[in-house]
Amino acid sequence: MLIWIIFAAMTGAAVFALLWPLGRRSPDAFADTADAKSLYRAQLGEIDRDLGRGLLGAVEADAARAEAARRLLRTAEGEPELAGESEPALRRRRAASALALSCVPLLALLLYGALGSPSHPDQPLSARLQSVPSQQDFELALARIETHLAANPSDGRGWAVIAPVYLRQGRFDDAARAFAAAIRHDGTSADRLAGLGEARTFAAGGVVTGEALQAFSEAVALDAKNPRARFFLAVAKEQDGDNDAAVAALRALLADAPPDAGWTGMVQQRLESLAPGSTAGSTIASLPAADQQAAIRGMVDGLAERLKQGGGTLPEWTRLIRSQLVLGNRPAAIEAIATARQRLGQDAEAVAQLDALAGELNLREPQP
Amino acid sequence: MIVEIGHFALALALGVAVVQALVPLWGVSRQDTALASVGPAAAITCFLLVALSFAALVSAYVRSDFSVETVVANSHSTQPLIYKITSVWGNHEGSMLLWVLILTLFGALVALSRNSLPMRLRAGTLAAQGLVTVAFLAFVLLTSNPFARLDPAPADGQDLNPILQDLGLAIHPPLLYVGYVGFSITYAFAVAALIDGRIDAVWARAVRPWTLLAWVFLTLGIAMGSYWAYYELGWGGWWFWDPVENASLMPWLAGTALIHSTVVMEKRDALKVWTILLAILTFSLSLLGTFIVRSGVLTSVHSFASDPQRGLFILGILVFFVGGSLALFAWRAPLLRQGGLFAPVSRESALVVNNLFIATACATVFIGTLYPLVLEMITGDKISVGPPFFNATFVPVLVPLLLVLPLGQTLAWKRGDLLGAAQRVLAAFILAILVALALIAFSRGGPVLAPLGVGLGVFLVASALFDIGERVVGRASGVQAMFSRAIGLPRSAWGTAFAHAGVGLTVIGIAASAWSSEAIGVLKQGESLSSGRYTITLDSITPRTGPNFRADVARFKLAAGDRVLAPIEASKRVYTARAMPTTEAGIHTDGLSQAYVALGEAQADGGIAVRFYDKPLILLVWLGAVVMAFGGGLSLTDRRFRLAAPRRAQPRAAIVQPAE
Repeated sequence: MLIWIIFAAMTGAAVFALLWPLGRRSPDAFADTADAKSLYRAQLGEIDRDLGRGLLGAVEADAARAEAARRLLRTAEGEPELAGESEPALRRRRAASALALSCVPLLALLLYGALGSPSHPDQPLSARLQSVPSQQDFELALARIETHLAANPSDGRGWAVIAPVYLRQGRFDDAARAFAAAIRHDGTSADRLAGLGEARTFAAGGVVTGEALQAFSEAVALDAKNPRARFFLAVAKEQDGDNDAAVAALRALLADAPPDAGWTGMVQQRLESLAPGSTAGSTIASLPAADQQAAIRGMVDGLAERLKQGGGTLPEWTRLIRSQLVLGNRPAAIEAIATARQRLGQDAEAVAQLDALAGELNLREPQP
Repeated sequence: MIVEIGHFALALALGVAVVQALVPLWGVSRQDTALASVGPAAAITCFLLVALSFAALVSAYVRSDFSVETVVANSHSTQPLIYKITSVWGNHEGSMLLWVLILTLFGALVALSRNSLPMRLRAGTLAAQGLVTVAFLAFVLLTSNPFARLDPAPADGQDLNPILQDLGLAIHPPLLYVGYVGFSITYAFAVAALIDGRIDAVWARAVRPWTLLAWVFLTLGIAMGSYWAYYELGWGGWWFWDPVENASLMPWLAGTALIHSTVVMEKRDALKVWTILLAILTFSLSLLGTFIVRSGVLTSVHSFASDPQRGLFILGILVFFVGGSLALFAWRAPLLRQGGLFAPVSRESALVVNNLFIATACATVFIGTLYPLVLEMITGDKISVGPPFFNATFVPVLVPLLLVLPLGQTLAWKRGDLLGAAQRVLAAFILAILVALALIAFSRGGPVLAPLGVGLGVFLVASALFDIGERVVGRASGVQAMFSRAIGLPRSAWGTAFAHAGVGLTVIGIAASAWSSEAIGVLKQGESLSSGRYTITLDSITPRTGPNFRADVARFKLAAGDRVLAPIEASKRVYTARAMPTTEAGIHTDGLSQAYVALGEAQADGGIAVRFYDKPLILLVWLGAVVMAFGGGLSLTDRRFRLAAPRRAQPRAAIVQPAE
């Protein structure tokens, strides 16, 4: 509202500035011939001054005076007739006022109405940085760290902060680069090496590659108890077809787990899928890498299909979205978010969590 | 909200400009002073609104408001403040707004100069100027809106093109635009005179300061742009005959002709129709320059500005204003009262010769710039017209002009004495010959034309000095008298001397560049490279971090023979936001000469490619332009009333001929 009051005031001031001279008494006629005459008079004066200063000889001065006088005479020839009568003049003023009163506000409103965005507030960067954290500020913060790192690429701590974020967002190559940079500039640690290995593994589509294996081995060498590295070493054994060793490794990992560890469930699940008698996991694990991928994709597709039919809880949707992303199927993940938002639309909290997830995973629809 | 206020102010300014274009014109045609007086009020209001709008845009850049599209595209939060401000006009949208700002500023200045302008002329001028403002405001709003918004706002901007992140951007475009746009006033004056059907010495006197002002700024703007290209692009050259450079050179040449022909008009009441035509052509060439740069018809170092979408709109503006004014000229010019007659040997005839030569030179540049474009349009063949063309056409036209310039400068008004004038420049001519001969003897086997070029430059400088010297010393005797004569000389006489001496300095600088030398090599630490009089030795290469870039800085020791000079630093920068590399040439100024180092690629074996130039007397190229502009400024401050007085009263035997 305030902005429209300001616009109205600006328009009013501009129109007033145009109308003001129309309301004043102005000279009856253009004083142009007088201008010309005064110019030549001034020239005559200048000649006298130059003569006085000795810049001009007497003869030259006479010639110049004659010239100026000739021109002065000539201006008198073409005196224009004066415009006088007041009735048409008054009508002309009214017409001009009407033009100013209508044309200025109309043009401004028309153009601004078509082009402007009056409801759009200013967003100076400093104000945005101070505002209450919201989902968008996560991106803002991420962008700030990225800019900072671009300018200071040897800031290992910065890399260490941003690397897990990349991992969660599914930007695995970036994550691998960030972990490597953190290790190079800020020293190595088991966690960072394990993160590097995980990033490399996911970058390779879930296969523990030789490079990833090396990272996990170094992590375990530094900290024999590092759960993440041990888990992926077990996965590596499984992918090598050595299911027994994998099961043994996972069991040992579970045995060492502190009671409040959040990851035991996942290890348990993996273990069950490997255990004799369990079909899905072991068969998948025994397949060649390409088929493995296809099998996993099949499971995810199954979940997607089931959720599509209807229902689905927030955790289920979350799992589907993350899985799609890990499989590298971004459009499907974006679609899943859209469907979930529609389906869970009643539950404001669920929608908020989905938005947060979208921001975290960098899955928001392309900006207009 | 500030952004939106700026946006609305711009739309409002368009409405006001429409009133400015219509009402005063009506007033002039009806002899109604009240309607005419709306002109100044509208011009000032329009300026205030555009200034408000520009201030809003600057504030958006300074506060890094990334909800504004152009701020995102051309700015970055880590930029230093000065570059945040210059980013405002480092892009198409903002630079067009700056253009309009200067346009309306000139309009407001005309509106305020109540005493020096006849009311009728002022009203007509403001109306014509209002029409130009309407066109450009519509162009900005409809095709290049700097206030377009983004939602949601991105986290950070894409940074300004690194080549533009330089102090040069703070200075060059504003100077150039004041020059370009200043000629719009002369154009408006010409249109007003044509509509009114009256043109006389009053007109010439009114136009003169505006033409000079525009010319001074255009001179400085071109010189600054040339120096900027010289140190920023790392090629070691300072003029590339690039179409964009030509686009600024053409209005400069036409403007130079114009300031000379207005002198004739003011003093002798002659050359009127020609002067009007020049005034129209000068601004038309400015518009053509805008079209070439802004429409994207060519790709060049200035291609940051290109956008084919906008081309048609500017072409429309160009056709309307050039075609319209030329049609008006064809219709009304025959009605203008012809001027006085003058003798073949006189200052005014010399100025006509000047105008002919400059107009021809301008035409050669025009052809060289537009021919490739037209050819490409018709046949699809891409040809490039470069220095060889201009050396073969532009230079042969300019050299005779410069040779006769000292003669014209000493000729008297009305009835000159060619023999006397020749005697007066003889001393300067002999001096020039001696200098050229000494140089030929000294630099045996060097380039042939360079000593002659330097000789020409010396001739120009010396004749300007001797001319002013003669007028000061003249027939006076004693220091006291000389001093008072020097004070008493009109400032425009000093201005003429300075401007012509400046031309001479530039000519010397250009001629001396034939002696510059270039060396290319790959240097490792401790290795040396020689070029001309200088030798550099690579000292170290160290990384450095700037606010929004990283740089590898190479330090060189510099020596001239046995003389050890200050070390030179050259660097290669990578601007992080755009991941774009630039070179920062290392320059050491040694008197008027420069040693110039530009880094190339780093080699695998640890060496770095280096280009190293010795540039003798190179600074004179730009110093001459600054001296020229200073002369123009001196002349600008001279508000005397001029009338030609013949120097010697001779019998009226001279043949009299029509002026046009």
